[in-house]
Amino acid sequence: MSDWQPSAALTALQARATLLEVVRDFFKQRGVMEVDTPLLASAPVTDPAIEAYSLKQAELYLQTSPEYAMKRLLAAGSGPIYQICKAFRQGESGRRHNPEFTMLEWYRPGFSLVDLMAEVGELLCLVLGDRPVRRYGFADLFAREFELDLFSAERIELCQLAEQRHGIPASSLDRDEAINLLFSHDIEPTLGRGEYSLVRDFPASQAALARRGRDAQGREVALRFEAFVDGVELANGYDELLDADEQRARFSADLEQRRQRGQVMPPADEKLLAALAHGLPDCAGVALGLDRLLMLQLGASSMSEVLAFPIDRA
Amino acid sequence: MATYSTNEFRSGLKVMLEGDPCSILDNEFVKPGKGQAFNRVKLRNLKTGRVWERTFKSGESLEGADVMDTEMEYLYNDGEFFHFMEPETFEQHQADVATVGDAAQWLKEQDIATVTLYNGAPLAVAPANFVELEIVETDPGLKGDTAQGGTKPAKLSTGAVVKVPLFLSEGEVVRVDTRTGEYQNRAKS
Repeated sequence: MSDWQPSAALTALQARATLLEVVRDFFKQRGVMEVDTPLLASAPVTDPAIEAYSLKQAELYLQTSPEYAMKRLLAAGSGPIYQICKAFRQGESGRRHNPEFTMLEWYRPGFSLVDLMAEVGELLCLVLGDRPVRRYGFADLFAREFELDLFSAERIELCQLAEQRHGIPASSLDRDEAINLLFSHDIEPTLGRGEYSLVRDFPASQAALARRGRDAQGREVALRFEAFVDGVELANGYDELLDADEQRARFSADLEQRRQRGQVMPPADEKLLAALAHGLPDCAGVALGLDRLLMLQLGASSMSEVLAFPIDRA
Repeated sequence: MATYSTNEFRSGLKVMLEGDPCSILDNEFVKPGKGQAFNRVKLRNLKTGRVWERTFKSGESLEGADVMDTEMEYLYNDGEFFHFMEPETFEQHQADVATVGDAAQWLKEQDIATVTLYNGAPLAVAPANFVELEIVETDPGLKGDTAQGGTKPAKLSTGAVVKVPLFLSEGEVVRVDTRTGEYQNRAKS
């Protein structure tokens, strides 16, 4: 039985320790405070695509990200904050996923999305080496890859494209699922090659906890960005939604979708809603997968090469 | 048959897809930070040998295929069928030329081969990775030329033609890698 041994080489564990130092130093120099919020939460995310582990005895959930707790700190006047913590997502296992993983998340009051994108680029250059940082509009990438206008494309057009290219029945996908499939299969692998690719202005239907707004052409989009390096999605940032009523409506919409699909029905986070009602400062925030960052730094092809004990050795 | 969910897809698992038995080669979990998770799966169609790439929504399932790799002894070829026997049960199976395919050139009577059974009937045949076969036809051996040098074609007892070193002659037995068709070394004669 060799399951007791780490799956990562000692050198990878040393690189992880150094990476943590570099990241902490990066934020210290910028006056961003490290915070520590609970891993156990009374309300998990409502996002139908993310399933939290629940601790039935305690009626608590293992957090899927520290977002809600950190926003409560921001509303309480913390100023700029970051956190390095574990996050947990049921069923996410693979070369680039482990159900328990390390997340770096930070919030910048007063930053625009563009300011935060620039800061992400600076962190990537520091950790992974200098490369040009390029920005793209989500819909522009679709236009380039598939020669279609994402804003006017009908569900069936996108689903048929997914079926054609990836053999998945068109009837089994809704519009956002088809967009996600095409993006993750056909566009993502081409991004971050010899550069850091920052993709912004996501479909308005995929706003999650980001504000909706207008892109440069005046079309309605989600004010979100994602960072890609060597074909890997690494970070997801928002111009944070501040409106408590809008947030409550999104929770309800998520829960309604969960109800229709027969999924678990978690409670909406009333503490987050109360914090938003009190007032969240105008801010931008981003979450970055530290295990993936380390994989990219070391050129690892599987997350198990950078984790001491991945889930099958937990 | 049982059904298997995408999170149970492992390399080597046999499943039914579009009516054909397939062997899973690779299963990659693909999930955007926000949004539906997918599994990008590579499968070999065991009937045609072709490799398919298919994407599934995570959590979908496929029916298992009644496919079994079985070690069998190759008995003989009657001109139409190749006959194999399970060494434990002595049960015999016959496979036609199309099923045996390229494996035919490596099959020597009494050797062990892997016969893939689908619903109890042979679907494919794979020879052992290494076989030892006698040279039945080649140019005369060049004595003393054992070190470096060129190669020459040699016809083996099963009909396969491989490149062998110049010093080998008819009647000698050679060891061949059936996956590459390459000569490995001279076997004990």
